Amino acid sequence: MPAPQCASCHKARAALRRPRSGQALCGACFCAAFEAEVLHTVVAGRLLPPGAVVAVGASGGKDSTVLAHVLRELAPRLGISLHLVAVDEGIGGYRDAALAAVRRQAARWELPLTVVAYADLFGGWTMDAVARSTADSGRSRACCTFCGVLRRRALEEGARLVGATHVVTGHNADDMAETVLMNFLRGDAGRLARGGGLGSPGEGGALPRCRPLQLASQKEVVLYAHFRRLDYFSEECVYAPEAFRGHARDLLKMLEAARPSAVLDLVHSAERLALAPAARPPPPAACSRCGALASRALCQACALLDGLNRGRPRLAIGKGRRGLDEEGPPQPSRPPTSQPVPDF
Amino acid sequence: MCEMSEEYRESAPKGPPPPRLSRDQKCVKCTEGLPVVVIRAGDAFCRDCFKALYVHKFRAMLGKNRLIFPGEKVLLAWSGGPSSSSMVWQVLEGLSRDSAKRLRFVPGVVYVDEGAVCGQSPEDRAKTLAEVKLVLQTTGFPWHVVALEEVFSLPPSVLRCSAQEPAGTEGAYKAAVDSFLQQQHALGAGGGAAEPALLSDPHSPTGPPTTAQTQALSRLFDSVKTLTAKEELLQTLRTHLILHVARNHGYSKVMTGDSCTRLAIKLMTSLALGRGAFIAWDTGFSDERHGDVVVVRPMREHTLKEVAFYNRLFAVPSVCTPALDTKVPEKASIHRLMEAFILRLQAQFPSTVSTVYRTSEKLVKAPRDGCAAGPRCLLCLCTLDVDTADSATAFGAQTSHLPQMQPSVAQARVAAGPCCCARIGGAPGCCRREDPRAQVMEQLCYGCRVNMKDLPSLEPLPPYILSEAQLRSQRATAEQEVREYLLGDSEDEAGTGES
Repeated sequence: MPAPQCASCHKARAALRRPRSGQALCGACFCAAFEAEVLHTVVAGRLLPPGAVVAVGASGGKDSTVLAHVLRELAPRLGISLHLVAVDEGIGGYRDAALAAVRRQAARWELPLTVVAYADLFGGWTMDAVARSTADSGRSRACCTFCGVLRRRALEEGARLVGATHVVTGHNADDMAETVLMNFLRGDAGRLARGGGLGSPGEGGALPRCRPLQLASQKEVVLYAHFRRLDYFSEECVYAPEAFRGHARDLLKMLEAARPSAVLDLVHSAERLALAPAARPPPPAACSRCGALASRALCQACALLDGLNRGRPRLAIGKGRRGLDEEGPPQPSRPPTSQPVPDF
Repeated sequence: MCEMSEEYRESAPKGPPPPRLSRDQKCVKCTEGLPVVVIRAGDAFCRDCFKALYVHKFRAMLGKNRLIFPGEKVLLAWSGGPSSSSMVWQVLEGLSRDSAKRLRFVPGVVYVDEGAVCGQSPEDRAKTLAEVKLVLQTTGFPWHVVALEEVFSLPPSVLRCSAQEPAGTEGAYKAAVDSFLQQQHALGAGGGAAEPALLSDPHSPTGPPTTAQTQALSRLFDSVKTLTAKEELLQTLRTHLILHVARNHGYSKVMTGDSCTRLAIKLMTSLALGRGAFIAWDTGFSDERHGDVVVVRPMREHTLKEVAFYNRLFAVPSVCTPALDTKVPEKASIHRLMEAFILRLQAQFPSTVSTVYRTSEKLVKAPRDGCAAGPRCLLCLCTLDVDTADSATAFGAQTSHLPQMQPSVAQARVAAGPCCCARIGGAPGCCRREDPRAQVMEQLCYGCRVNMKDLPSLEPLPPYILSEAQLRSQRATAEQEVREYLLGDSEDEAGTGES
C-alpha cells in the first residue's frame, strides 16, 4: 500500500504517522514539527530566558540525546549556551557504556562535557556499593530511591561546576504519566502536590529545573532519534527490574493500548489534582549540613548518605523511622522524579 | 518496599517470620471465639466480632460525617450486587426496633434495570425483575424499579444544578437531632413515624419499556466505539436517572454502595480518563454537585473481601446480573484494566487499596464550589476544567489538531471537528453555529470530551441532553451579544439553576 503524501509539505511521501494525531508526515516535516513544539514549550512557559547557561543532564539514553540535539538546534534562536553534564553512578557494566555514548555525542556536537561521579561526590559510595549494603534477605534493595536522590544532587553539583543558570532533563510525557500513577499507588501525597507543573522555578538557592520534552510522547522521541540518526545507548539499568516504577510503566503501556490519549489525559489529571494544604510539603529551607534545598533539617541526600555511613542504610527510607536528630513527619525534599527512568 | 508509610515492614524481625494463622489461633478482638475470617493483614475475627466491626464501620461512617439528618428521606441505589445489597441490609438492620441507637432516616430503594444495554433478552430481564421485586418486598421499604430506557423521557432540568440548601453546621445538626427526639417523645411510646406502607411505586410510568425505547437505547450504545466510553456513558445515564427519581419523590440524599476496593479502582480510572480535577467528588464521601440531592457513599471503608464474607456469613440476598463488562477480555476497557491491575498489585503488596484510599482522602474539593461559579459540564455537572490557556495539555491538545509548519486554513477546518472551538478562548462563534457537535463539545469537561470522541454522532443521545446543550449555547450566544450592556455579574440571578 503506497504511503500517503506528507500532510505538511505535500511534496514528499509520508514516512510515519504521528502517534497522537495519526497525521502522516515525512521525516523532515516531523522533525521540524517536533522541534517547533519543544520551542513552543520553552517559550510559552518562559523556561529558558536568553543568555541562560543551560546544563543538560546527559545519560546517553534516548531522551537526553534527543534533548541535547533539539536544544542545540534551537540554541541560536533562544540565545542560550549548552553544557553537557553526565553523572557516573558507578554501576558496572552499564554506566561505562552509556558514558562512552555521551562522550561520542559531545565530540560530535562540540559541546563541553563534564562528568561527575558518585564516588567523588559522596565519599566513595557508588551504586554498586549501595546495592551491596542494602541487600537484605527479606526486602528489596531500594536502589532507585538512592540513585534518584543522589543523582539529582550530583547533577546540581555538576551544573554549579560549569557555572550554569538552569538545569534541564529529558523527561517526556510518559515519564510524567508514570510518575503520577506511581505516586498514587505509593500514597506519596507530598510529591503529588509538587508535581504536574513544567519544572521548578528554583527556590532557596537551587537552580531552576525544567523538562522541555515534557509534552512529547515517548514514541515521538524515539521517532525523532530515528529520523535524525542519533546515536544513543539503549539498554536498561541493571537495577531497573526491581523498581516499583516498572508496575506503573506496564500499566501505562496497557492504558495506551486501550486508549491512545491516555498519556495526555494522565498529564491533564496530574496538573489539576487538588491536595489538602496539610498534605503539601512545608516551605523549603536549607540543609544544615550541605546548604542545599531541604524541607527538613537534613536534605534527603545527606540523610541517605548518613544512613549508609552508619551501616543502617534504610534509615532515611520510608516514613517515621528517623534515627537522625530530627522529628516530625518526613517529607522528601527532592523533586517528583526521584525515581527516574533508568536512562534518559 | 515501596510503601511510604507501611511501618510493619520496616520493623521486620531478624529471625524467621512469626507463624501465621495457626490452627488454634483465637479471634484477635475477643480472644475467645474461633475465628472464621481473616481481614486486613492477618487479623482473624470470630463471627460476632466481625459483625460488630462491620456494623460499626457503617455507623461510624454515617455518624462521623453528620450529613444525614434525622427524618430525612434517603434513596438507596441498589444494583443487586454484593456491596449495595450489603448496604441495604445494613440500613434495614439499623432501622429495626431492637438495634441499639436506631438509624433515624427514612429510606427508599431504587433499582435500575439495565438489561437492554447488557445484552439480556426480554425473558431474562423479566426473570431478573421478578427476583428483584421479591428481594425488594422483603426489605419493606418503598421501592422504585426504573428501566434505563426511561432516560429518553427525562426532562432537561436533570442537568441543572438546583439551588443548594445551606450546609448543615455542627449546631444545626445537633439542633435537628434534638428536635427529632423531642418529636419522638411527643408521639409517645410508639416510636418513630410509621413507614408509609407503599410497597410499589404509585408513580411508575407504563410498566415495561416500549420496544422503540429499547431499540433507541441499543442504537445509542452500539454507536459508541469503545467499551470505555460505553461504561462512562452508562454511568452518566444511570446517575441522571437515579437523580430524577430522587427529585421526583422528594429524596434529598442518595446512598450508593461503593466499597473501598471499588473506590480505589475508580480513583485510578478517573486519573487515566483525565478527571483528575474531580476525584474528590467522584470518590469522596459526599458529592454535592447536583445541588439539592447529595450522593453519599457509606460503604467506602469496607473492602470487597469484608463485604463478600459478610454477605456469605449472614445470608444477605443479592441478585446477580450481567454487566457491560462481563466476560470481556482484560484489555477491553480502561476500567477493566485498572481493576485487574489493582487487584493483581494488591496480591503482591497487600496495602495497595488502603494506600490509594488514604491518598484519596487527602484530596479536597477545589475551592470553586457553589452553583453559580463558572460553567458546568453538561454531562457530569462538574465545573469545567479546560479554561486555563497556558496549561501544558492545552497546548498538547492543540498541536494534535493543527498542522504545524504550513498551516492552511482549509486543513484546519477539516482536520478535526472541534478544532478552534477546543482551543481556549478561541474566536467565539467562528464555527460554533455551523457545527452542533462542536457546540456540545464546548460544554463538556476534559474527561467527557475525550469520551464523546468515541461517539461518532451525537444524534442517538437522549433528547434531554441535546436540548439542554442547545439551550445553553443559545443563552451563551445571547449573552455574548449583550455583554457590553450588562452591569456587574450576570450570575447572581437566583434560582435559575444556570449552566
